[in-house]
Amino acid sequence: MATLDLSGVQKAFGATRVLHGVDLAVADGEMIVIVGASGCGKSTLLRIVAGLETPTAGSVRIGGRDVTALEPADRDIAMVFQNYALYPHMSVAQNMGYGLKIRGLPRPEIDRRVRDAAALLGIEALLDRRPRQLSGGQRQRVAMGRAIVREPKLFLFDEPLSNLDAKLRVQMRAEIRRLQKRLGVTSLFVTHDQIEAMTLGDRLVVMHQGHAAQVATPMEIFERPADTYVAGFIGSPAMNFLEGVLAGGGRAVALRAGPTIPFADGPRPGPDGLPLTIGLRPEHLRLEAGGLPLAIDLAEPLGSETVLHGRLPDGEALVIRLAGPAPRDGTLPVTLPAEHLHVFVAEGGRRLDPAPA
Amino acid sequence: MERKVVFRGKALPLALLAPQLLITIVFFFWPAGQAVWFSFLRQDAFGIRSTFVGLENFTDLFADPLYLETIRNTVVFSTGVTVIALATALLLAVLADRQIRGSGAYRTLLIWPYAIAPAVAAVLWIFLFHPQIGLVGRALNGAGIPWDYKLNGNQAMLMVILASAWKQVSYNFIFFLAGLQSIPKSVLEAAAIDGARPAYRFWTITFPLLSPTTFFLLVVNLVYAFFDTFGVIDALTKGGPAKATETLIYRAYVDGRVNLDIGLSSAQSVVLMLVVIALTAIQFRFIERRVHY
Ligand SMILES: Nc1ncnc2c1ncn2[C@@H]1O[C@H](COP(=O)(O)OP(=O)(O)O)[C@@H](O)[C@H]1O
Ligand SMILES: [Mg+2]
Repeated sequence: MATLDLSGVQKAFGATRVLHGVDLAVADGEMIVIVGASGCGKSTLLRIVAGLETPTAGSVRIGGRDVTALEPADRDIAMVFQNYALYPHMSVAQNMGYGLKIRGLPRPEIDRRVRDAAALLGIEALLDRRPRQLSGGQRQRVAMGRAIVREPKLFLFDEPLSNLDAKLRVQMRAEIRRLQKRLGVTSLFVTHDQIEAMTLGDRLVVMHQGHAAQVATPMEIFERPADTYVAGFIGSPAMNFLEGVLAGGGRAVALRAGPTIPFADGPRPGPDGLPLTIGLRPEHLRLEAGGLPLAIDLAEPLGSETVLHGRLPDGEALVIRLAGPAPRDGTLPVTLPAEHLHVFVAEGGRRLDPAPA
Repeated sequence: MERKVVFRGKALPLALLAPQLLITIVFFFWPAGQAVWFSFLRQDAFGIRSTFVGLENFTDLFADPLYLETIRNTVVFSTGVTVIALATALLLAVLADRQIRGSGAYRTLLIWPYAIAPAVAAVLWIFLFHPQIGLVGRALNGAGIPWDYKLNGNQAMLMVILASAWKQVSYNFIFFLAGLQSIPKSVLEAAAIDGARPAYRFWTITFPLLSPTTFFLLVVNLVYAFFDTFGVIDALTKGGPAKATETLIYRAYVDGRVNLDIGLSSAQSVVLMLVVIALTAIQFRFIERRVHY
């Protein structure tokens, strides 16, 4: 159990720059989920924390101690890999006890800890089997067991649920969360799945092209995304983006689609005519008389809700999520609620908040 | 998914199999059968008359202290070749795997010795170790270490072992490198995170995972040392000095070709055949039993 501090972590593979300076402070016992599209550098960041890669610049501190130059073996961490990386020629018990044996623990102590961890994960019956005799879900548990018997300072997870089927993934997700809370071990969890991220993390790091685009709690990220990338990445179906310009002395946005909508939460700094991107979540849009005409081109009934895809008169696409069944086609009036607008500067996509009073 | 081709009639499948069967029969079963037959015969020196002598050739063989000496030579030689060829290749493969994963140039360089004919290889080794004209041989003598593999049997043995092993290293290297590269990197990384240092990692993870490759190569190298080293020995020492480097295969050649004792030579061939059959059987048994990870 320890804190983790990353400062200015950069990584380049030859000429390819993968991480452009990542800062992160993780509190003791916290579960941080690193989420982002494939190839954005999540695994690289995790591997730097593990000591499997050396950062080009920046430092890693675990429990206040600078470990940047240390080997993985000297960092007292445990990692669960996407493909589990179990030792194929060892039994489950040997797999779990390998790290303890290296630390020179006495045999009975190793056995006790392995049995305890196995009981915690419900794999006592598998201790004598080889990895190839296990199902995917069982291998996953063994990999978890190998991590927890060590009682490390830090857990690292690199997409550990990606190879499981959907049902098992949901089950293991909850189990990992419970286990992590119970053991109270500081954890970094990498995933490309936003649902996994939202449900698992105390806080999320949304990565985008080697930057940490936003570090915040799941609800903060959902309610106040720092830029258009985060806004579009978190939430399903994804947020709608409409073009517009600042108007009325910063008090409103004039949408390209027609209406001018006053900001509900105060005026934005900047000159009138500043190009903006307006974000609206699909679930915040309403079908109401007097709204903009939306030509529906696709309806996805999901049982408890319906997702409608359509186009505004100026050609911009809009997705609406409605509770219950909905009309399947035609042109429907849609209103854009002022209190749910997310305002971003069009250039660069940064969030534009009201000027402090 | 299993895909079976079913032929109608027997003519076509037989025609397709015929070349392979013919080659095997003409170049293997026929001479092998002859060797077995001859091993029960004794011929006069002119090859005119032969008489059936039963197992006498075999009893003569194993009663001959020189033949037992040859067996001892063969054991020393094969063990030496196999151990040196495997260990060197494994070392090189580990270094190559670590430094340049999958680099073609290094691999190509190391495979070359395999493509060199035994006689050429032997000439290379003579240039190195000849007591008067060899680079290393002269240096050894110059440094006060008496070196002459033409007089000293142990030195001769050392030299044929080194030359034979050297030729086999490249073959082993390719297999070891492929074996190493098929070990998932994440498994080694998991071990590193578990606290294993490189040497411990090698002996507890890499080496066990490589064991199917190692076992396969062990058999291949033993067979090589037994049978395919005739050329190197013939070119370097001709079995000398004083039969110190005479192995089973070399002795079979000398008895048959030089001493013209076809019966005795055939008996030796039969013994060698049994050795191969045993080695192959062990290998198949092992592969069947040992399911791959
Ligand atoms: N060892 C490496 N050598 C060169 N490029 C690499 C290496 N590892 C990762 N990369 C590159 O770095 C980028 C980020 O990779 P990674 O951290 O694995 O992404 P993620 O886990 O977010 O999908 C990718 O473009 C990948 O091609
Ligand atoms: Mg990854």
